[in-house]
Amino acid sequence: MLRKLTLIAAALTLVAGPALAAGKAKEPEPIAFSFEGPFGKFDQAQLQRGYKVYREVCSACHSMKLLSFRNLGDKGGPFYDPKYKNPNDNPVVKALAAELEVPDIDTETGDAITRPALPADRFPSPYPNAYAARAGNGGALPPDLSVIAKGREGGPEYLAAYLNGYVEPPKGLTVPTGQYYNIYFPGDVSAGWAGDKHKPPPGGFVAMSPQLEDDKVTFDDGTKSTAKQQAEDVAAFMMWAAEPKMEERKEAGFAVLIYLVLFSGLLYASYRRVWRNESH
Amino acid sequence: MSGHSTYEPKSGFSRWLDQRLPITRLVWDSFVDYPTPRNLNYWYTFGGILSLCLGVQIVSGIVLSMHYTASAGAAFASVEHIMRDVNYGWLLRYTHSNGASMFFIAVYLHMFRGLYYGSYKPPREVLWILGCVIYLLMMATAFMGYVLPWGQMSFHGAVVITNIIGAIPVIGGPILTWIQGGFAVDNATLNRFFSLHYLLPFMIAGVVILHVWALHVVGQNNPTGIDPKSKADTLPFTPYATVKDGFAMSVFLILFAVFVFYMPNALGHADNYIEADPLVTPAHIVPEWYFLPFYAILRAVPDKVMGVVAMFGAIGVLFALPWLDTSKVRSMRYRPMAKLHFFILVVVCIILGFCGAKLPDDQVIPGLVTFTVMDSDLNSFVWLSRLATLYYFAYFLVVMPLLGLLETPLDTPETIASPVSHPAAMPVGATAAPEKKG
Repeated sequence: MLRKLTLIAAALTLVAGPALAAGKAKEPEPIAFSFEGPFGKFDQAQLQRGYKVYREVCSACHSMKLLSFRNLGDKGGPFYDPKYKNPNDNPVVKALAAELEVPDIDTETGDAITRPALPADRFPSPYPNAYAARAGNGGALPPDLSVIAKGREGGPEYLAAYLNGYVEPPKGLTVPTGQYYNIYFPGDVSAGWAGDKHKPPPGGFVAMSPQLEDDKVTFDDGTKSTAKQQAEDVAAFMMWAAEPKMEERKEAGFAVLIYLVLFSGLLYASYRRVWRNESH
Repeated sequence: MSGHSTYEPKSGFSRWLDQRLPITRLVWDSFVDYPTPRNLNYWYTFGGILSLCLGVQIVSGIVLSMHYTASAGAAFASVEHIMRDVNYGWLLRYTHSNGASMFFIAVYLHMFRGLYYGSYKPPREVLWILGCVIYLLMMATAFMGYVLPWGQMSFHGAVVITNIIGAIPVIGGPILTWIQGGFAVDNATLNRFFSLHYLLPFMIAGVVILHVWALHVVGQNNPTGIDPKSKADTLPFTPYATVKDGFAMSVFLILFAVFVFYMPNALGHADNYIEADPLVTPAHIVPEWYFLPFYAILRAVPDKVMGVVAMFGAIGVLFALPWLDTSKVRSMRYRPMAKLHFFILVVVCIILGFCGAKLPDDQVIPGLVTFTVMDSDLNSFVWLSRLATLYYFAYFLVVMPLLGLLETPLDTPETIASPVSHPAAMPVGATAAPEKKG
C-alpha cells in the first residue's frame, strides 16, 4: 500500500525514479514486513531477534552511534514494557546495557577506564576510530548502521536481500582478493568482467564476507534461526533504529487526515453556502 | 484599485487607533473589502496556499534551529537528535523538509497560472517581477536548507553548485573561495549557509509584502484577462475569496499531511542519510526534484560557462517576459495558438525534470543506438534535454514575441460578469450575451 502510494505520488509530483548506480543490481525480493502500510507496526518479537543478530554478528565491526540502550525500551522499541514509562528503569534494558563495557574517565584519577554500560549510554563502537576500523577490515570502513535502512535505496528489503546476496560469481567474472561478489549490491563489476562489455553481470564487489548462516544466532523465542530469518529480522531492527518514531508518526497522521478531511468538508459546505447566490 | 476606504471604526478604541495608526483600516481594505473578480478559479488559490507554506516553513524552521547544530562535525547527528529525542522533532523536521517540496509544487502551479492567464502583462509587470524575485530567493533558501543536514547529497550538491561560481572567467576562483569560506566546502560553508538560510525567508516575507502590495494596487487578474468594469464584476475578498482559499488550503494540507506522515522520505534521496564524506563521491549527484529542470539545462550545454549562463538565463528570461509577449490579449483562453504552445511548455518542463534526474548518456529508448552528434548518441537524455532547452527558450524568445503579432485571438467578453448567465450576476441594464458563455 505504502509503496503504491509512493509510486503514485512520485508520478504525480513528477519526480523521476531513483538514480541507478553505475551497474545494475538484482532487484530485492519484496518482503511482507509488519511495519509496511499506513497502519503498519513493528513486530516486537522480530525487533528483539533483530537486536540479537546485530549484537552477536554485526556489532563486531559496525557501530550504531546514534542509538542509546534506553532507546530499546522506548515506546515501539524492541524491549518496550508499558510498566516502565521511563526506559531507563526497564530491567531488561538495564541488563542488556550491563552486558557491554563502555569507555569512560575515572573522575577521581582522570584515567581512561571502562565500565558496564547504563541505559543512558550510546551503543559502544567496535573500533576507537575510523582508521582502526579500516585497519581491521582490509582497508574498508564498515558503515555506521544507525540510519542504514533509510540510507540505502530499497530500505530494509534491500538490506535483507543484500545480507544473503552472496552467490557464486558467473563464469568470466574475477572477484578481487579480499572482496566478495554480491548480486544485490549496486556496484561496478566491469573491471573483473571478461565477457561482453555491454552486459556485465548484476551486482557488485563488497568487502564484507557472508556473515549470516543457519543457526549462527539462537533466537530466545524459539523461532527457527535460518539465514533468511536472521536477515529479515535484522533488517526490521535496522528499520526501527532508523525510524523509531514511525508508529507514532502513522498514528498521528491518521488523526490529522481525519481532521483535515472533515475540516475540508466543512469549508466546502461554507464555500457553497457563501457563494450560493453568486455566479462564478 | 481598492480606491475609497469603506472602513468604519466601531469602538472608541478603534477610532482612537485609526487616527494614529490606521492598521485595522489597512487590513480591512486589503483582506475584507478588497474587490476580487468573481470568476477566479481554483488556480487562483495558490497565492494563499503559498503564504501558508511560507508561514509553515518559518515557524517549523525557527523551532528546528533551536535544536540544530551548525557544525560539520555535529550537524548530521543533531538532525538525528531532532528526529529521536526532541518532542515531536520528527514532525517538525518532516514538515519542514516536505514543506519545501510543497512550497515548490504550489509556486510552480502559481507561476504556470500566471503564464496561462497573462498575469505578467501590463499593468502587472512589477507584480510579476516581484514574484520572480521571490522564486529566486526561494531557490537559494531551499538549496542552502538542503545542505544543512550535512548528508552525502547535501555536501556534494553544495560542491557542485558552489563550483558553478568558479566557472566565471578570471574572478570566478577568488569569488568561489570567498563564498565557500575556504578552499573547499567545509565547516565555514555550512555555517554561512545556515545563517543565510535563516535570513532569506524573512527577505522572502518582505518581498511577499511588496508582491501583495503591488497586487492590491493593480488588482487581481482573472481567467478572462479583462479588467473588472463595474461592481457586478467583483465580490469582496471576505467572505468570498477567503472561504474559497480556505477550502483550497485545507485540501492542499491533506496532500501535505500524506507526505509528512506516510511517505516523509519519498521526495528525498537515500544518500542524504549517509553522513557527508568529502572523500566518497556518490555515484550520481542529483538535486532535489524542484531543481531538476534547471540541472538538465545546465548539463544540456557542452560548455561549462555557457551551461551556467543558460541555467540562469532560464530564470532571467522570466523577468523579461512582460516585454517579450506582444499580444494585446491577456488570457490564453482566447489565444488558441498560445494555448497550444503553453501546454507544450508545461510538457517540456516536465521532460526537463526527468532529464535532470537521469544520467546524460542514458538511453531514452532502451536499446536503440542512433547517430553520435557532439560526442553523444541522439537517443540519450542529454540530447532530449538539449531539444527541450531549445523549446524552453524559444517559447519565451520567439513564440511569445511572434504570436502576439501573428495569431488572431478569439473574441473576448465585454465584462467579467457577461460570460455567465446567473441572474444575480447581471447588473441592472447590463446586456447578457448568451453566445459568449465561457
